[in-house]
Amino acid sequence: MSKTLILLIALVGAAGVARAGAEPQVADFTLGNGLEVVVVPDHRAPVVTHMIWYKVGGADETPGKSGLAHFLEHLMFKGTAQNPGNRFSQEVAAIGGQENAFTTSDYTGFFQRVPREHLKEMMAFEADRITGLVLTDAVVRPELNVVLEEQNMRVANNPNGRLAEQMNAALYLNHPYGRPVIGWRSEIESLSRDEALAFYRRFYTPNNAIVVVAGDVTPEEVKADAEETYGKVAPRAEIVPRQRPREPVQEAPRTVTLADARVEQPSLTRFYLVPSRTTAKPGESAALEVLAHVLGGGANSRLYRTLVVEQGIALGAGAYYSDTALDYGKFGVYGAPKPGKTLHDVEAAIDAVLADVSEHGVTADELELAKNRLIADSIYAQDNQATLARLYGAALATGQTVDMVRNWPEAIRAVTADAVHQAARTWLDRRASVTGYLVNSLQSEEKHS
Amino acid sequence: MNAMTPALSRSLLRRGAVAVAALAIFAAPACATTIERVVSPGGIEAWLVREPAVPLIAVNFAFVGGAAQDPAGKAGTASLVASLLDEGAGDFDSTTFHDRLERKAIELGFEAEHDTLRGSLRTLVENRDEAFDDLRLSLTAPRFDPPAVEIIRAQMLSVLRRSATSPTDIASRRWWDTAFAGHPYGRPVSGTLESVPGITIDDLKAYTGRVLARANLKVGIVGDIDAEAAKSMLDLVFGALPAQPELAPVATVAPQGLGQRITVKLDVPQTVITFGGAGIARKDPDFMAAYMVNQILGGGTFSSRLYREVREKRGLAYSVNDDLVLLDHAALFLGATATRGDRSGETVDLVEKEIRRLAEGGPTPEELTKAKAYLKAAFALNLDSSSKIAALLVQLQRDDLGIDYITRRSQLIDAVTLDDAKRVAKRLLDGGLLVTVVGRPEGIVSTSADFSAPAK
Repeated sequence: MSKTLILLIALVGAAGVARAGAEPQVADFTLGNGLEVVVVPDHRAPVVTHMIWYKVGGADETPGKSGLAHFLEHLMFKGTAQNPGNRFSQEVAAIGGQENAFTTSDYTGFFQRVPREHLKEMMAFEADRITGLVLTDAVVRPELNVVLEEQNMRVANNPNGRLAEQMNAALYLNHPYGRPVIGWRSEIESLSRDEALAFYRRFYTPNNAIVVVAGDVTPEEVKADAEETYGKVAPRAEIVPRQRPREPVQEAPRTVTLADARVEQPSLTRFYLVPSRTTAKPGESAALEVLAHVLGGGANSRLYRTLVVEQGIALGAGAYYSDTALDYGKFGVYGAPKPGKTLHDVEAAIDAVLADVSEHGVTADELELAKNRLIADSIYAQDNQATLARLYGAALATGQTVDMVRNWPEAIRAVTADAVHQAARTWLDRRASVTGYLVNSLQSEEKHS
Repeated sequence: MNAMTPALSRSLLRRGAVAVAALAIFAAPACATTIERVVSPGGIEAWLVREPAVPLIAVNFAFVGGAAQDPAGKAGTASLVASLLDEGAGDFDSTTFHDRLERKAIELGFEAEHDTLRGSLRTLVENRDEAFDDLRLSLTAPRFDPPAVEIIRAQMLSVLRRSATSPTDIASRRWWDTAFAGHPYGRPVSGTLESVPGITIDDLKAYTGRVLARANLKVGIVGDIDAEAAKSMLDLVFGALPAQPELAPVATVAPQGLGQRITVKLDVPQTVITFGGAGIARKDPDFMAAYMVNQILGGGTFSSRLYREVREKRGLAYSVNDDLVLLDHAALFLGATATRGDRSGETVDLVEKEIRRLAEGGPTPEELTKAKAYLKAAFALNLDSSSKIAALLVQLQRDDLGIDYITRRSQLIDAVTLDDAKRVAKRLLDGGLLVTVVGRPEGIVSTSADFSAPAK
């Protein structure tokens, strides 16, 4: 079978199993117009996942126009001169396909999952809308209302969503990651067709995009199809490296309290500003991943065991590392007090766990366990081609390389206890953090302190 | 079009209750997979898809019973059991048991639904013996140690407290407890703030003793495992369970309250709407036609009638959808949307109008052709992981459709005529709607007293 499968066996090595030596047959090439193409073969079913990733997101918007990247993503479904209206979506539905799109601070992506024989047709549609979008006020106006309802659903109606928005704004003193991807509601309301088109012309060009095809295909056939479709689209804008404002040295811990009468369960979350896979020094990102797992990955992690099982003061507690971003990663810790306990109790206990790991590091057993688990996760990821496609697309759209993705299990395997200890000491620095409290009222006892 | 913010997808919008129906929705000739029926020496049956390409094994299974078997006044029992089966078993307390799973990266999970208690296991092939043994322990020797029970109970109560002020959850709960008043389906699967504190460890043990048995069990296996190994696994894991469950009878019901509009006031910017009516059962000869009618009305593509009218043309909502919900003892169609309060009346009227228009006029020939093509091809496309295929194997057995169903499915779809679709559209959609609206509804006349969500 394909070499991808052999890789899977190789990965199991760290979990105490025999290793075979092979690399996944992921192919990567660039067309004459600058479009990058990644092919991830998976021959288990006659299906392909086809994605295009534009290297533009919310952090690339002009100040005052937050939400524009995401709004444009919605408008990309409004048709082109060649394929007017919703012809593309109609065709995806007619072949039983699935489609959707997504926007983050760093990228905007569109995908279809279709029977393999329709891949080239999808490529032709997608190539057409790199530059062919047609927008009229008649379609733009209702779509702005759709986005406002999306903002209502994700943020306005959701106390957790509102808190996260405020926390990000506080975490980033200078970098545009502090703006919500969906946009500040007051700014979404004034976005216009002309602004969307200007943004489109500036950033949607083959030399600013990555196509990822995962599924029952070979790199050769994908290359031929890509040349005949995407290859015909001329670059229309020069793309300069994304230089966003950097964070200054952060000197003061921040706290944010969001009160909403609907909050029945108080909780706290802390974000630390840390490097991403793209910006970390060699080995640092993998060490942060292991640290997050030891602290907060599952029922036997230090935070859950200490706060929930041993001390019985929290309903839940954990940690995670958001590692995929062009400029900064984020290390999150969280906990929710049991009835009768306060946010202060939970925060003190979290701080004690973090202080302990910063002082003493992790044990050899914890290290081994976390590494095995993280490596196994990358095997489980191989069971779903869309997951794999997303993994590669997000990595490349945030400045990583195919090799960095391919070698990730090796990077995890190479993590030492010292590296994890060092990561904890360096990056769990309150001065570069924001702590958010979700409470019922600002007067409530549950408030911090 | 569906955009996301941190990283989302449309599926996030699908509501819990709807998940029950998920599988009825699979359609069309699957991949080149062959389903094999295996029966262990001990007489336990499973359906198996052997897929040696990835060094994984996924096992999914379901015990008929579910939350419908919760004792009176103890709603949430099945959910609490499901959350505790991996919290200590045999000689291993919760921490030790989790440690065993974690060391081998074994993924084990259980979930209660109205009609079933489901489980899923995913393991690397290399660790399969340990994985099967851990699964056996969790099913045959769960400990229900008091500390673990209290941790999980506190978590369940926390979720229930949160859901008490969530407009989406309130709308759904009001819909279900109105439609199924007095029936087990009217009780929330996850229990209530009143019922969960009263569930005792004896209740949990009694529940597993009654429901976890061999005769009401369906198993699906996918991955790098052959029939012989699958058979030994079946006897090892499930062989010690009692042969027969002791299930309380559950009455077959039709949803009540059709024609009602119930509003609940809650101070939120977006008003949430749940709507639904009586459906058509999986075994009904009209099921396939109903399935297409639902697809045309509000199925999961960007071209359904509700999507076009509510979202695309008027920008009233981000999400609007409709699904068939197939329970063992009831059939429904159930949909949801959300919009700003001052346009909620208009939105409810529009949804009702579209449902009436389809009931009265039926689909167009073009809509039917497209729905058929979509449903045929989407089937295989949805099967994109071993766990999903294993879940399908369980569902096919639960629906009693035959092991060759997948090969017959396209013909069954093609056999539906336009006249069938028109007749069934009327049958499905003409029975009246129960609508619940939570938020700041305007322009909606409530047919019952206004409720307010619990005030703080």
